[in-house]
Amino acid sequence: MSVNQVSVFLENKPGTLNKMTEALTKGGINIRALSLADTKDFGIVRMIVNDVYEATNVLKDADFIAKFTPVLIYTVSDETGGLNSLLTAFTEADVNIEYMYAFAGKEHAYMIFRVNDTQNAEKILASKGLRSLSQENIANV
Amino acid sequence: MEHYYQPEIECASPEKLRELQNKLLPAQVQHVWDNVPYYRKKMQDKGVEPGDIKSVDDLYKLPFLMKSDLKDAYPYGLLALPLEDCVRIQSTSGTTGRRVVSFYTQKDLDIWEECCARAIMMAGGTNKDVCQVSYGYGLFTGGPGLNGGSHKVGCLTIPASSGNTERQIMFIMDLQATILCCTPSYAAYLGESMKEMGYTPDTIPLKAGIFGAEAWSEEMRRDIEKVLGIKAYDIYGLTEISGPGVACECSEQNGMHIQEDHFYPEIINPETGEVLPEGQLGELVFTCLDKKAFPLLRYRTRDICSLTREKCSCGRTHVKMTRLKGRTDDMLIIRGVNVFPSQIETVLLKNGYAANYQIIVDRVNHTDTFDINVEMTPEMFTDNVGEIQAQKKKLESGLHSMLGIKAKVSLVAPKSITRSEGKAVRVIDKRKI
Repeated sequence: MSVNQVSVFLENKPGTLNKMTEALTKGGINIRALSLADTKDFGIVRMIVNDVYEATNVLKDADFIAKFTPVLIYTVSDETGGLNSLLTAFTEADVNIEYMYAFAGKEHAYMIFRVNDTQNAEKILASKGLRSLSQENIANV
Repeated sequence: MEHYYQPEIECASPEKLRELQNKLLPAQVQHVWDNVPYYRKKMQDKGVEPGDIKSVDDLYKLPFLMKSDLKDAYPYGLLALPLEDCVRIQSTSGTTGRRVVSFYTQKDLDIWEECCARAIMMAGGTNKDVCQVSYGYGLFTGGPGLNGGSHKVGCLTIPASSGNTERQIMFIMDLQATILCCTPSYAAYLGESMKEMGYTPDTIPLKAGIFGAEAWSEEMRRDIEKVLGIKAYDIYGLTEISGPGVACECSEQNGMHIQEDHFYPEIINPETGEVLPEGQLGELVFTCLDKKAFPLLRYRTRDICSLTREKCSCGRTHVKMTRLKGRTDDMLIIRGVNVFPSQIETVLLKNGYAANYQIIVDRVNHTDTFDINVEMTPEMFTDNVGEIQAQKKKLESGLHSMLGIKAKVSLVAPKSITRSEGKAVRVIDKRKI
């Protein structure tokens, strides 16, 4: 199961990110994970939130451009080589990673992956015994 | 089926039209000579007398009036009738700096409103239509002009004025407006907003739009037509000459018929003042033939276009002016190169962006800086940085090849570029020269 990540366009100007978090706060949205891709004149926020549909509504009302992007989330065991073994599976499956970021849940750490062919990658990785988290799982970890 | 407001004159033979112009012009020159000392002095300085102007062929002998003359003669210096004969003033929006005040008799207002009525019928309007006028009302000519034209056609008129987009949309939908009159940038904005609210072109009752008061491109026309499900018609005018309706587009949507029974056009070389032949690009000049309170002769509009007398399929015989290429004062000279905002708009729309942009020019270390802020759109946004950068690079190279100079493009948040009175602020020139 892939998870919908919310991607938001940010103008490079003081206070823009804060304006976004304010809108999310007012809308009662909880951010579970966040990563910021920045260039010298604009940024893209990528985040996992508790309610993707409500989040995009809230952002649209505040004049932000927001889009869903499917991402794959896997548990990383908290021990030496935890990420390495996960990435080895990606390499063996010949899956190219566009970008990734991490977040810590209540018990485990998780990695979020954006790949070019999400469905196919998920299938191959599943055959190697890696189960990606679903939207419902995210709420509980 | 083609509708005409005044078919006998709109479709008159070229000979009949010329005969009328030749009858009106000498009388108008005499009227101005007798009543406007400011212009009489200009004529005397040039050694011209009313008797020298026997027909429009003699027009070139008369001196020009420029925007600076209007400033010098403010407020009454160009008025040709006593104030008790005047019933109204209008004033320009002041986007180019100085306010201009224009005066009207009741007859002058009728002429102006008849021109707007012609515009509405050219766009297919009849007394069965519901016409929403979303130009500003007040000193700005847009609202009052189209309002009067709409009354003359007999449309049910909604004097919505500008602003309050939600209310505009409510009226369009609840009262089933079929014709919309506003600036093209506001039409595009309304379209965007309606799309966001989930209205599709087939659910929007509008069938035609009459958009003017700023330069726009063919691409922008197609975008507006698509999002609102309408035919979009250009309308041209200026407060100094009367207001919107001086020229308007017909069903051919290929150039605007100038109401030359009232306003005689010439195209001149802006540098030398020499009259240019049909088809050549230059500055548009107008002579009011029968307006009496504020009758400007050979007024230089600073608008750049060309004229054509090619036969039009709509049946009208009046000369057509092409879409405005720009304005001599909209035209920016950046690093010595002439840049028109309309060129930038064309490149933006070709590359998938909307025409929401702002040009910022400054001078740093004796060199012009040229920045263009472009609003990001939902269609162009992706979560992939490389893709957005590649699109931006493509846009920059498209601009470079169109303009001949390089511009730095910055992508900005949607709706972050200010719109004043429905007119977008397109250019910020910070240079102090």
